[in-house]
Amino acid sequence: MTKHWTLPLFSLRFIHVWRRNLLVWRKLAIPSMLGNLADPLLYMFGLGYGLGRMLDDVGGMSYIGFLAAGIICSSTMMSASFEAMYSGFSRMHVQKTWDAILNAPLTLDDVVLGELVWAASKSFLSGSAVLIVAAVLGLVPSPLALAVIPLVFLTGLAFAGLGLIMTALSPSYDFFMYYFTLCVTPMMLLCGVFFPLDQLPVAAQTFAQLLPLTHAVSLARPLVAGEIPSSWLLHIAVLAAYAAGSFYIALALTRRRLLQ
Amino acid sequence: MTIAAPLTATGLRKSYGTHEVVCGLDFELRTGECFGLLGPNGAGKTTTLRLCLGLTDPDAGDIRVLGKPVPQQAREARLRIGVVPQFDNLDPDFTIRENLLIFGRYFDISDHELHARIPDLLDFAGLASRADARIQTLSGGMKRRLTLARALVNDPELVFLDEPTTGLDPQARHVIWERLRRLLKQGKTLLLTTHFMEEAERLCNRVAIMDAGKIIVEGAPRVLIAQHIEPHVVEVYGETAPDWAERFGRSHAERCEVTGETIFCYIHDPAPLIADLDARNDLRYLHRRASLEDVFLKLTGRELRD
Repeated sequence: MTKHWTLPLFSLRFIHVWRRNLLVWRKLAIPSMLGNLADPLLYMFGLGYGLGRMLDDVGGMSYIGFLAAGIICSSTMMSASFEAMYSGFSRMHVQKTWDAILNAPLTLDDVVLGELVWAASKSFLSGSAVLIVAAVLGLVPSPLALAVIPLVFLTGLAFAGLGLIMTALSPSYDFFMYYFTLCVTPMMLLCGVFFPLDQLPVAAQTFAQLLPLTHAVSLARPLVAGEIPSSWLLHIAVLAAYAAGSFYIALALTRRRLLQ
Repeated sequence: MTIAAPLTATGLRKSYGTHEVVCGLDFELRTGECFGLLGPNGAGKTTTLRLCLGLTDPDAGDIRVLGKPVPQQAREARLRIGVVPQFDNLDPDFTIRENLLIFGRYFDISDHELHARIPDLLDFAGLASRADARIQTLSGGMKRRLTLARALVNDPELVFLDEPTTGLDPQARHVIWERLRRLLKQGKTLLLTTHFMEEAERLCNRVAIMDAGKIIVEGAPRVLIAQHIEPHVVEVYGETAPDWAERFGRSHAERCEVTGETIFCYIHDPAPLIADLDARNDLRYLHRRASLEDVFLKLTGRELRD
């Protein structure tokens, strides 16, 4: 049992897993990108212009500008979660792709790391695409917003790791609905994506500080507005801890599942 | 100096919970042979293969594969092993050619080298004309051939085959057998698990019959048949067969086994039995030479294992 919890052994062979997924994605890149972009853009335009018209300013900026930073983070979260759970589960359980890879000189540590970095890479495209759209709309005043790009990747790693934990535990695709209902949707609503955190009761604000999306939004919003975020090191540390911790737990649970 | 055996397993044990699946297994492969691991479902064959690949750790025992201790250096060992798994796990997102390319990359083989190897692998699999077909469009036999070709992408010295012909029609099965003989001719060592005794008899230099996690007998198929079974078998079928066995069969054959309305008579000289059966019209019979399957059934019993 404790053997499953030995520390991960990293090797560069995880790149082979990443490249395999990239090759599949390249076959479907355009529909996949459009699909990933449609949802966040609908939120941004629908709420941003619709609701924004009724609000003078939110947190010192136009509502659509406020919303853009939130949507960058939430779309990164969504994309990483979907990839790590639905696509990851297909490869692990349905297509047995991981089993085939494990017969080659790769270890499960390589496979899970490859999947983590892959899901983060895919979410990186989603988050960055929303940032580009925001820039085209003139919502990004300063080059400081470029710092959002690595932030998106880090956020992707955190949510990919959490998704891979669910994948390691899941008996079927239906299981992922619990995670979306109990974790993803509450984060969408509690972490400052749509409205400033200080609108919430104090208890909810405190709880929100435990959630990774809060820290992603707390970094992205000032950066998009051209300001240096306060306590940025803390926010980065929380996201990095989520990424590293969730990867480790996901790996141990996957070892328990597959290396019986 | 003797050449080290490609695979040695000593005192291998593995339990899941309180159930011991592999209970003290010892076996060794010789270079260039086909070694068959036979056994009913649940005998521990697949677990043994997983142990030898380092995919699960043994509770006790030592494994050396191609000179490497497993699981400690399983990665180095797997670099030189090919695996044909029991269930197809070809990549459905890719074409035939891409499956070979992607799998070769897992072994750190350069794309340049792979592009040079793939035509030979496609020829070997008889799939050269379908190189760009998608996996979903392939028949079961084609998929198995591709899985076999994929296992050869790293030019392995040792190939593990876990029930490679299960679910195939006779034509497809014969093609796989022919390809496996080609591999033996090239000097590769094969470790085959199967519950088709006919397959083991045709391909294997030596077999080990496993039951309940132990090897109960090991040797060349022909030697095992000669040691354990009378050379002829007469199978008798019909409602009156049990009755016939009591009155005639048992006194004329060395051994008779009754299962329902079928009698298996094991015998050195089948002529008197056949003369008697020919004279009757209530019983059908089949006369054949003893096979590895008879050894297998004698040693592991006839009860269902599911």
